[in-house]
Amino acid sequence: MEVSASALDYLLIEAVPVARDVIEQLGIEDQDEAHHRIELYGYQVGKGLAQVFTRSRPRMVQQLEIIKFVCKNLWEVLYKKQMDNLKTNHRDTYVLVDHNFEFCRRMGTSLPPQATAELAYPYLCFPAGIIRGFLHAMGLSSTVTVEAPELPMVTFNVRIE
Amino acid sequence: MSKVRSVGEEVWKHKTDKINSELLTLTYGSIVAQLVADFDHDYAKVNKQLDKMGYNIGLRLIEELLAKTGLPRCQNFRDTAEAVAKVGFKMFMNITPTISNWSVDSKQFSLVFTENPLAEFVELPDKPNARDLWYSNIYAGVIRGALEMVQLQVEAEFVSDAVQDPSLPTEIRVRLVKVLEDEIPPGED
Repeated sequence: MEVSASALDYLLIEAVPVARDVIEQLGIEDQDEAHHRIELYGYQVGKGLAQVFTRSRPRMVQQLEIIKFVCKNLWEVLYKKQMDNLKTNHRDTYVLVDHNFEFCRRMGTSLPPQATAELAYPYLCFPAGIIRGFLHAMGLSSTVTVEAPELPMVTFNVRIE
Repeated sequence: MSKVRSVGEEVWKHKTDKINSELLTLTYGSIVAQLVADFDHDYAKVNKQLDKMGYNIGLRLIEELLAKTGLPRCQNFRDTAEAVAKVGFKMFMNITPTISNWSVDSKQFSLVFTENPLAEFVELPDKPNARDLWYSNIYAGVIRGALEMVQLQVEAEFVSDAVQDPSLPTEIRVRLVKVLEDEIPPGED
């Protein structure tokens, strides 16, 4: 079954004010707690997608194989394109780069890049969470951080623990 | 207004970027689950938050709907019901709820859903009061927000939900409160 892509866009855009609204109601001032919640929305989605994917294919075991799957298959399902670049130090650290991140393509502002990156950051916690959730479901515990000093280029730093 | 259904189908077929509904189901589900956890199973608060979220979406989504369809202003509330069910739900969710149970004064109707992409495979939390949760309450907010932008103040709320009780239909009641006045700038009449 299909739905319109903009239905999901509306939901993801609104997820940010919802997270802020919730922490305010809980009496929490630290905005990182809002970001944490958005990351958790993504984390659950990543876990769910891992279940969907693994229904119909043999289990992947190699770390690099799983990361490549994120860059190709997972990204294509989410954003209709693959990651543009993958770098690794071959010691549990991976850098995944999307040169033209779909969700941010229309996110231009007239602000300086640093300010724009700060505005975009909460929205990027969602895909970072998806990656962490997906990896977790594949048996890899990780931390995923995201930075986007030059939108729409977005960089995800994945460290397997 | 028999044309309305074809407008909705036309936009869905030719002017809509589509995604697998599973992605939307998972995303919505994860937001609801987090709200339930944050509000510690206070479902009244969860319902309110989902309604508010929908309202804010409705305020923006109507622009896309009007731009893509060029629908003329509705002549009466029956036209509005048709537009909500056959254009709104069709073009965003690819479903067409049935319009039923009109009140005698034509100011209230129900939308009855036989399918709901938001709630595919959903299981409610295993708590005694879980039936207080209107899982898809975001719809009620979207309807309220979108119609407010076309000068219709409405109330929208769930009456029953198959997620709670599979023997019941999924039904949203929509009530016209009043037609808002167009704001005419002073000195231009």
